[in-house]
Amino acid sequence: MSTIEAAAENAHDDHGHDHDHPSFLAHHFDTPEQQFDSGKLGIWLFLVTEILFFSGMFCAYAIFRMLRPDVFEGCSQFLNTKLGAINTGVLLFSSLTMAWSVRCSQVQQNRGLVGMLAATICCAMIFLGVKAIEYSHKWEMGLLPAGLYFYDPANPHPESHTNYLFYICLPFMILLGGVVAWLIASLVTRNTFHLKCAMPLSVAAACFFVGIGLGMVLESGDSEHGSEVAATAELETEISLIANSDDIALERLAGDAANSGAKSELNARMQQLETAGSSIVQDGEEISGAIVSVEENVMTQRKAGVFFSIYYCMTGVHAIHILVGIGFLVWLLIRAVREDFNPQYFGPVDYVGLYWHLVDLIWIYLFPLLYLIR
Amino acid sequence: MSAGSIPSGNQIKDPGYPTASENYLTNSKGPWTWLFTLDHKRIGVMYLIGVMTAFFAAGLLALLIRLHLFRPEGAVFTGPEANNWYNQVFTLHGAIMVFLFIIPSIPAALGNFLVPVMLGAKDVAFPRLNLSSFYLWVFGALFFVGALMASGLDTGWTFYTPYSTSTDSSVILATSGAFILGFSSIFTGLNFIVTINTMRPPGMTWFRMPLFLWATYATSIIQVLATPVLGITLLLLIAERVMHIGIFDPEFNGDPVTFQHFFWFYSHPAVYIMILPAFGVISDLISVHSHKRIFGYRFIAYSSIAIALLGFLVWGHHMFTAGMGPMTTIIFSALTFTVSVPSAIKVFNWLATMYKGSISLTTPMCFALAFIFLFTIGGLTGLHLGTLATDMHLHDTYFVVAHFHYVMVGGTLVSFLGALFHWWPKMFGKMYSEFGGRLAAVIIFLGFNLTFLPQFVLGSRGMPRRYATYDPEFQTLHQVSTAGTLLLLVGLLVALYVLVRSLIKGERAPANPWGGATLEWHCTSPPPFYNFDRPPAVGDPYDFSDIFWDTENERYVTVEPDREIAPTETPEPAHAESTN
Amino acid sequence: MSAHGESKDGYDFAHPIPVPMLLSVFFALVFLTIVTVAQASFDIGSLDILVVMVIATIKAALVMAFFMHMAYDKPFNVIIFLSSFGFVALFLIFTMSDSAQTSPAFEPVVEEVMETDQESTNVIAEESSATSE
Repeated sequence: MSTIEAAAENAHDDHGHDHDHPSFLAHHFDTPEQQFDSGKLGIWLFLVTEILFFSGMFCAYAIFRMLRPDVFEGCSQFLNTKLGAINTGVLLFSSLTMAWSVRCSQVQQNRGLVGMLAATICCAMIFLGVKAIEYSHKWEMGLLPAGLYFYDPANPHPESHTNYLFYICLPFMILLGGVVAWLIASLVTRNTFHLKCAMPLSVAAACFFVGIGLGMVLESGDSEHGSEVAATAELETEISLIANSDDIALERLAGDAANSGAKSELNARMQQLETAGSSIVQDGEEISGAIVSVEENVMTQRKAGVFFSIYYCMTGVHAIHILVGIGFLVWLLIRAVREDFNPQYFGPVDYVGLYWHLVDLIWIYLFPLLYLIR
Repeated sequence: MSAGSIPSGNQIKDPGYPTASENYLTNSKGPWTWLFTLDHKRIGVMYLIGVMTAFFAAGLLALLIRLHLFRPEGAVFTGPEANNWYNQVFTLHGAIMVFLFIIPSIPAALGNFLVPVMLGAKDVAFPRLNLSSFYLWVFGALFFVGALMASGLDTGWTFYTPYSTSTDSSVILATSGAFILGFSSIFTGLNFIVTINTMRPPGMTWFRMPLFLWATYATSIIQVLATPVLGITLLLLIAERVMHIGIFDPEFNGDPVTFQHFFWFYSHPAVYIMILPAFGVISDLISVHSHKRIFGYRFIAYSSIAIALLGFLVWGHHMFTAGMGPMTTIIFSALTFTVSVPSAIKVFNWLATMYKGSISLTTPMCFALAFIFLFTIGGLTGLHLGTLATDMHLHDTYFVVAHFHYVMVGGTLVSFLGALFHWWPKMFGKMYSEFGGRLAAVIIFLGFNLTFLPQFVLGSRGMPRRYATYDPEFQTLHQVSTAGTLLLLVGLLVALYVLVRSLIKGERAPANPWGGATLEWHCTSPPPFYNFDRPPAVGDPYDFSDIFWDTENERYVTVEPDREIAPTETPEPAHAESTN
Repeated sequence: MSAHGESKDGYDFAHPIPVPMLLSVFFALVFLTIVTVAQASFDIGSLDILVVMVIATIKAALVMAFFMHMAYDKPFNVIIFLSSFGFVALFLIFTMSDSAQTSPAFEPVVEEVMETDQESTNVIAEESSATSE
């Protein structure tokens, strides 16, 4: 992403032996248009690398979904569609404000530009807040990547020892504290420039907790992946058939004394069957019986674990991109307060905008692929 | 062009020599002006020092490998850990050579210096990005040093799972290093694409670009498209090691063959990152030192792009024995042959360029000739490996080792040296000893063949690669190979001596010591800080008709017929040139 | 060079998108999101993935064309960006088709054991794989 900086900030080179170069035009470019075109081509190429970067994970997703559609179907029930949909809306709105801020920079509406950039950062923060709720909820249930997976259908909510949500929130709390301190300091010193920067940024930092609140409300309103798990009887039998054939194979495998991995897995499955059976006895409701039968087939470390690996890789890398994007948006916001941009020099806003839309674009695909599997 | 006298009635155009304040090497002083420079030429020089250091480190490891293989039971590493040591040494040799030397050698080191100058631009499009890509390279190198210091690396440079997820050596450090180096490579490629697209001065059309630029452009396309896939692969590999995500690790339902697909989707095109710039260099070298227009300019240019794109379709030929489906292997085998077509086009064009040219057997030309010979062997043996049936026999033997060393060392390294000797006077403004340079070229050529020709025989007789010990029946050939390595080492040391000596005692280089027509020979040696005061007049890069040997000053000069320029005196104030 | 290169000083290359257009694109995107969530509650079998991807692609096209200004950008930039999808497709198609051929059971360990009896492997592999032909 230093593309943007590189394109934008060569202005202050002191080798400027050329005559009528405006301050924003780097020494080795002839016209602002050439500078803009170079930056634009650069950022498009960067987006190409981003697409190919994500393609690896999409490829992993495609392979495993192709080979094990039942695992994806079963595990997708654990993702909260409401939260996903809300996040999609939030990101789409942030894309709107980003596109609008590009427009503002092109027509030199500085106040509008600052406002739109701030709105974009706020949306990004809300997105992260909702994501934090989703992540922490799943971590507590043990729905983790294959190696760390410990979900137990009989006891989906074990007494947690760690408050994951608190640890996720901690850096954001520190951030909020820092920004508010900055705001107070600038209020005290009456520094308008700092005030103009700190005000929107403290609102944005607070938005993370808006996202947390939003996530909590929606999550609690949703009765624990309940009614969504209405798997048809047909499907169940099919799944159990698959699982059975696997089990037979595993038993044969475990007979081989050397293969301790298969043995332990077989044991785990036996145990799981037992616990699943007991849980049926415990609550006689029809619907939870259906849940259990889906879970007993696919909710194992070697099956669901891989789904959640892919889920965490994709959404995690996406979230990292959001974080990086927030960094660049803050940089833009400060420059916008400084009134750096004009119709001949709006490149940085445009480039960060393109990057931001790409992040949105990837979420547009991630949402249906992960949350909406039926 | 013609040797001898300059026809009368002509003007000589020669930029002369730069003053100390113009010269990019001396226009500012102190280490900080180098470390934080945004000048593409200085960054190129820093890259040059970096990749040469990496080359000598990895070369030393290669020497250890060959010395160890002098005896069937192993000569260098002894004791119970001997084989582990051997594994670490060949892994680091491969990883350092690939990631730290070959990939950045021509594109980053020489490309950085040459691309803007050849193009007639003042700098690359994003100078800061350029500097940051150099520092990413340095950080990547530090990670490799860290891996070496920690517990080494014994996976082979390919990091194949499941071994890489279970070994105790520092895979995470090394893959992080490769990840960072990947971004260095991406940024370089991105910069060059944008530079070539948007920074061309008036008159520099696509088909007036020197072929080196075409090759660099093709290389950059691959760097931008393929390297991110390596990035995500390595990231997933790190995740696999840290929390067993089960994508590549069979213990958690992953598939190692998928890892190989991911890895080779980058690494096969990366082979063309290594060899394509070499093609570009050789196109320029052959034409300049034969003093003859390049034969089939457009074919060479298009074939570079064709190789870059076809390179994405053939990665599966690295995995014929890895357990791919039968249909996939057949498709990949068939596609592999298509790459040989553009490569052959280039070789035939180089030969046709030399035909009836007036060849000067200078040092760069010696390297270029060596390249054609060695690359032809390397390329043709690639066909044996691309053929499904023969590959089943030859896979993972010394035949493969010999094949890719013929391409990587015989191709890329030799052309890198050729390019270095060709542009050395331009980079540092010093002439080296021609005799010494030619001697180095000949020794390197002989030493290289002595090292790797026996390995073809070894491989076809069944000697597997990556083994620390071997059957006594292979001993003679292994010893010949080791002897060749020593000769190769001598050749490289001679080359180093010649170059270093030229810096101290060399004569001052003229602007155009070889008679080249591309733009870099139109500015002084070394070039001034800004390369060109004003956008240069761009002509045909391979038109040597107006370049003559100036016997008196021992240099080539461009001549143009005397012309009456009216008005002869006092140009008007609003002259076209002052408005740029 | 740019869409507005004809202006006399060559400086006017900005192409601001009108606000109504931005808003209508946004509402179209929200509408499509609602559609895609709504369709998920109907069981349409294997068509599901197709429908979902088509909707996502329409949304992506809207974002690219208007938010990313692609409709007004230089053809070269558009070609570069779109060609990246071609390479992704190449990557996906080769890798997936190979995975479909080689690991129908998704459990490589299982396959290994059954190598002794090639015939039954195939039968079981086909049974256990929901994706085989």
